[in-house]
Parts: sequence; C-alpha cells; structure tokens
Amino acid sequence: MTRRTALWLAVVPTAFLAVFFVYPVASILATSLGRPATATGSVFDAGVVWFTVWQAVVSTVLTLAAGLPIAYVTARYDFPGRRLLRAITLVPFVLPTLVVGVTFLALLGPSGVLGVDLSGTVTAIVAAHVFFNVAVVVRIVGGLWEHLDPRIEDAARALGAGPWQVARRITLPRLRPAIASATAIVFLFSFTSFGTVLVLGGPGMATIEVDIYRRTAFLFDLRGAAILALMQMAGVIGALIAYARHQDRSRVMQSLTPATLRRPRTGRQRLVVGATALWTLVLVGVPTAVLAWRALSRGGRPTLAGFRALRVSPFVDVGAAASSSLGYAVTATVIALAVGLPAALLIAARRGRLSRWFDTLLMLPLGTSAVTLGFGMLVALDAPIDLRASVALIPIAHALVAVPFVVRTLVPVLGSIRMRLREAAATLGASPARIRLKIDLPIAGRAAAVGAGFAFVISLGEFGATSLLARPGSPTLPLAIFRLLGRPGALNVQGAMVLSLLLMAITVAVVLLVDRVRLPGRGLF
Amino acid sequence: MKRLVILTAALLVAGSCSTGERSDTVTLLAHDFFAVTPAVLEAFTAETGIEVEVILGGDAGLMVNQALLTAGNPVADVLFGVDTTLLSRALAGDVFVPYVSPAIGLIPEEFVVDDRVTPIDYGDVCLNYDRAAFTAIPPPATLRDLADPRYAGMLVVEDPSISSPGLAFLLATIAEFGEDGDYTWKEYWTDLRANDVLVASDWGTAYYGHFSGAGDGDRPLVVSYASSPGAELVFTDPPPTEPSTATLTSGCFRQVEYAGILRGTTRRGAAEELIDFLLTREFQEDVPGSMFVYPVRPDAALPDWLGEAPPAPAATVEPARIEVNRERWLAEWTRLVLR
Repeated sequence: MTRRTALWLAVVPTAFLAVFFVYPVASILATSLGRPATATGSVFDAGVVWFTVWQAVVSTVLTLAAGLPIAYVTARYDFPGRRLLRAITLVPFVLPTLVVGVTFLALLGPSGVLGVDLSGTVTAIVAAHVFFNVAVVVRIVGGLWEHLDPRIEDAARALGAGPWQVARRITLPRLRPAIASATAIVFLFSFTSFGTVLVLGGPGMATIEVDIYRRTAFLFDLRGAAILALMQMAGVIGALIAYARHQDRSRVMQSLTPATLRRPRTGRQRLVVGATALWTLVLVGVPTAVLAWRALSRGGRPTLAGFRALRVSPFVDVGAAASSSLGYAVTATVIALAVGLPAALLIAARRGRLSRWFDTLLMLPLGTSAVTLGFGMLVALDAPIDLRASVALIPIAHALVAVPFVVRTLVPVLGSIRMRLREAAATLGASPARIRLKIDLPIAGRAAAVGAGFAFVISLGEFGATSLLARPGSPTLPLAIFRLLGRPGALNVQGAMVLSLLLMAITVAVVLLVDRVRLPGRGLF
Repeated sequence: MKRLVILTAALLVAGSCSTGERSDTVTLLAHDFFAVTPAVLEAFTAETGIEVEVILGGDAGLMVNQALLTAGNPVADVLFGVDTTLLSRALAGDVFVPYVSPAIGLIPEEFVVDDRVTPIDYGDVCLNYDRAAFTAIPPPATLRDLADPRYAGMLVVEDPSISSPGLAFLLATIAEFGEDGDYTWKEYWTDLRANDVLVASDWGTAYYGHFSGAGDGDRPLVVSYASSPGAELVFTDPPPTEPSTATLTSGCFRQVEYAGILRGTTRRGAAEELIDFLLTREFQEDVPGSMFVYPVRPDAALPDWLGEAPPAPAATVEPARIEVNRERWLAEWTRLVLR
C-alpha cells in the first residue's frame, strides 16, 4: 500500500474520531477538571479500582472458556440447527442490562428458580457478563476458525500428535489474532460494565463506571468524575497496549471459502457436539426462557395480556420505537462501515507504530465512560452546527461503539489473506485491481458482513450512551423497555418483557439473514 | 471513499436540519419518565400554533447536569422535571430566567418557592407493603416500627447515593429523626441495618426484583411511591377488585417537580406559553395517568384509581439544606449501612 493510499484511507476514520470522540471527551475533561473539588474531595478509592480490574479479568477468562467450545463446534461441524445455535448466542448481547438484571434475579435471586440466592454477589455479576459477552467470542473466533484449513490438524494427528498437542501447537497459535481481539473486547466491556453491576451487584459493589455515574448524577462532582474517567481511560489504554504487544505480527493462512464442515461421525465427536449444543442452550436458553415465561404468563397461566397492554400503553408507542431503533441501526451500521473499513484496511496493511496507535485510538470509545462521552458531546458540539440535541448524535454514538467490532473482525481476516493466492493470481496475469476485486474483496466482504451484523445488533441493543444523550424523537426499543420497567403495574413489567422478546426476535432474524447473504462471490472460486 | 464522505456529511446535515430554528416550535427538555397523552399536546398545538418537541435527557439528575453544563446556551427552551432534591443546584447554576405564570394564583402557596421555576406536580415517596404478607402481624405504622425486630428482614430500600427514591427516603428519615438528640437518623439507620435492611441499587431492582408484592422477591416492604398501589390496580389484567399492595402513609417524602424557562432561549414567548399550558387543567389532569404523580392544581380532577391526594408529610427538608448537606449525609449513610 502506498503512502498516498494510506493517507486517503486515514481521512474518514481520523476525522470521525477527532470530531465525535477526541474533541468532546477532551472538552468535558477540561471543563470538569477546572471545577473546584467538592467537600469530601477524596476520589481515589482503591477498592473500586481493584474490584473493577479483577471482576473484568475473571469475566473475560470465563467468557473465553464458555465461548471457545461453541466457536469450535459451530465452525467445524455440520449438524442440524448449527446456524440457529450460532445466531442465538447473539441474543443476550442486545438485551438491555436492566432486563438481564431482573431476569437473573428471577433465576439467581432470593426466590430464584435455581434455589440459591446469589443476588449481591460477584458470582451473579460474572455470570451475567459471560451471558452477555459470549457472542463476542463465538462470532470473532468462530469467524476465523471456519476459514482455517483443518487438514493441518489432520496431518499433525496422522503424525502421532495427541489432541492436546494439536490444540496447543497448531490450533491455538493459528487462532491467536482472533482470540486476542475477542479478549480485548470482552475485557473492555466487563471493565466498563455499568447496568449489570448496578442491578446484580447492588450497593458496595461499584466499578469505576458506576462511580462516575454516581458522582455525576447524584453528587454533581464533575471533577471527581473526570479524574475517574481519566483513570479508567488509562487502564483501558494500558490493556490495549498490552493487547497490541501480544497480538502477533504473524499472519495465519486462511482459505477463501469456509473449510468444509464435517458431520460428527465418531461417538466422541457426537458427544462433543451434543454437549456443546446443550451448553449453549443452557447458557443462553435458560435465562431467555425465564424472560419469555415472564412475558407470556401470569400467575402460572399463559396470557397475551402483555401484548394487549403494549397496544394501548400510554408510555410507549411500540411501532415508533421499533422504527426508530431500526432507523438508527441502519444509519449506525453505514457509519460504522464507512469508518471501520478504511481503518481496518490501513491497520492490516501498515504495521508501524503509528498504525498501532491508530488501532488503540479506535478501540478507546469502547473503554470510555458513557457519561463522559455523552456530556462531552453536550459541551462540545454546539458549533458550527448545533448537534447537541440532534437525532444524528444517536447513530454516531452507536457507531463509535460499533467501529471497534468492524475493525476487530476485519483486521485478523485481512491480515491473513493468503499471500500465495495473491501471487498465484498475479502470476496468472491478474492486475492489482483485479486481485483486489477477486481475492481481497470476497474475503474482506465476508468479514465486513460479520462486522456490519455486529454493528447493527450493537445499535439495536445500545442503552448506556443513548440514555445519556439529550434526544428528540421516539425512544428506541431498549429505552422504551426502560420506561416501562420504571413504572409500577404488572402490565408494564409484562409489556417490558414482551418488548425484550421482540428485540430478541429482530436480532435473531437479522443475524440469520447476515449469515445467509454473507458470501458474495463465493461461486467464483 | 469520496462517496462515504459525502454520505456522512449528508447524514449530519439531515440530522441537524431537524433541530433547526422554527419560530412555531418550542423544545422541552425533560427526564426519561416524562410522558403526556399525545392528544393533550396536540390540543395545545391546535390552540396556539406552537409545536412541542420533547427532548429526553436521562434521569432527573443527569438532565439537571445537562442544563448546568449548557447554562446560557441551552439545548431546549423549557426544562421540566427538576425536583426538590435538585432545585437548589439548578438555581445556583443560574440555568433559568424568571417567569411567573398568570396561573400561579391557582396553586397552593406551599408549592411556590422561586420566581424562576413553576411547580407542576408532586409525588410522595412512601413505603409500600405487600398486603398478603401482613395477616399474622399488622403492617408497620410508623418509620420507627421498621426498627422493631418483628419486621426484621422485610424491608428493601434503594441506595440513596444512586437512586432518587432512595435519596428521598433517606431525607424522610432525616426529617423524622433529625440530626440532634439521642436518637438521630444515624441511630435509626444503625437499627435498620441490625434489622437486616436490604439495599438495592435502583427502584426497578427493588420493586420488581426484591419486593414480594409486585415481583418474585421475598421482601414485603419496599420504598416506592404513594401512587404505586393504585397503579398496580389499573395496570393489571384482569384488574383485581383491590390492590395487592398498600401505602404506609407515615414517613413519606414529598418531591415537587418544577419547570422553568432556560436562560439563553431565543423563543421566550413560546416558552412562556408552554409553561402556562403545563398549568392548564387539560395537562394537570393528564399528569396522574401519564406519570403517576399528583397535579399541583387542587381543582384538577384525579382518576378514581389514584385515590385522594395524600396530605402533606409532617416533616420536610428544605432544598437549600439538602444542597449543603447532601454529600456529607450520603457519605455518612454509606459508612453506616454499607461498610
């Protein structure tokens, strides 16, 4: 890639981040730090920081442990319901934290279905983080895994390697870029977790993010909030630098089309597939079933009262909420692709220090407090066009969160396009443009489709940043759910559960659709 | 690439156009729980020719912060929903311009505090109890009863440092027991803690997660609103003959919600008309069904399910006193109850 092309590619992502992230965040931090300290003054609470870090580490490790088997089975084996299994792992990802919180309380709470009261414990928080984030591991790692040639493992096995040796020496090293990407994202999500910690952890268990919100909304201590936001960002940057160091420069060989899926043949393979499918159903299915039951029953008997209540609800207009959610999601996806695609091409092609910093900067919004970002946009974006209370800010805020997903799904794939495929094409007389069209594009397109699906789903489920922006127009679906859950009355909570089911249904439909259309040009090879 | 730039630019312009200045529009910044029947707003537009655009700005605390950060250069013309606990902060931040509505004479004097804000509605934060749980023993009658070992393990409250009803309940206990004497609010909370009070972080978690009267919880006493049992009655299908929960009328904290014209508005006239409209009977009578609070106008008819307007709580805490002491009280409460 020439320097000129690189510069061109950098224009849109840099401008987008500068205007909608760096400038607003810098503005609010500068404004807040200029304020006098409040009476109690003391900001640094080692307990909060320590808790934030260790629960994030535990959540990340367990999410990987929960997600890798699902990624493996859905990437390697062909069995009935495979696509559906992979699609449903994305369901938790879009559920508003408040809904998940109440659902988990119904499961793990004082009179929970499981019979143990885990409310107010770290166990409940970590379980919810795993539930939320398992999709990240399944999609990102699974996406790479299915394009790795399984014959290399076969060869190793034929040469006498045991299963552990194959996993350790062959499979894991080849998956490393994707595992590192997924780890980084899951860590950032858990590190900055807000709603889950608030609802399930209860008082006395605060992440830095919760403390930032508390200081802003209840103590008006913007200075303290800003100091915490800076600490949080420092932690995030530290984690991202460690990740960038760790992420191998080596690329893995990747095929253009997914490797042929195998039907589980031996008893052991069937066991592995069956056990993993069951595990996925338990992990995702049980909380979902509890939610569905609460949406569709009353006093032990099934009812459609929730639907009827929504139709006449004075607080939410379901049609308007659904159409505003879908409209924002489409716009956010377009923006995320417009920013993420050139950024990923750049990062994959140029491996300098500058590109690494660029990569870190793109990831930073994921680890930035929603309060900081929301207030930043409020103080900064009043001129030349007053965007502060504009509908445009919502998809932009969603895109800021979605871009890292687009980039993280694209970079490992782009970096792994087989050099030999390109060389072979060139030898056969293909022009560079033709190579780009026929080789780079199908591979990148596939990853871009996965990234777009992610962006869409993130926007559908986004709550934190949206709720902090001053926003005109109809509330989105998650905000409508929040509105209903904030009111007394059995029908309101039931309506909220029905809306959650609707959100889940839309998500599964979108994901299945993306899975189907994501291979343009596949027939060319 | 160029196309993407143009597309992004077009999106931004399209987005910003929708908020462009229009003389016949007025924007209302409100908290997330603001609601109004569309027909009521439409009637206002039909009468005055003014369209109302509602901008929601998060919970009340965040919304007031937004107003403070944009004081003099506001994102809207009128703000609705600054309550008793936030009022002093908003006034000190100089976010409003004075306006006294001609309708102010219709409102009881106790609600009128400053010519920069107009009282619109009020709600009482009160204890609710699950009627089914109090057959063997009577429900508590006063706040002090909650410290009685008979009611051990029954109460769930919200964290006052992060929840608005939680803060209101803490203020109710401060109003009731005071800061001086041999049994202050601190002794009271020490007793509540000994009586195994459960602290949830927000109203939804407390009410739907831990309260036995409305969710799957096992606590029959919760901090909620005076209007909650009535709302349970009307929002249940099929409607029960009598509510499963009831309000403890002693030890409530009254939160008055105010509206004000934001300093820096360019549509002063329309903003004044909107404030006047918030005090019309049409809007005032829509308030209970939309937001579960009571209208400030005594002549506004209340829906049957809501019951009589509650009498004013015996004790209260002045907004200025809340502002001065909030941080200290919260720190002391945290040390007493959570550590």
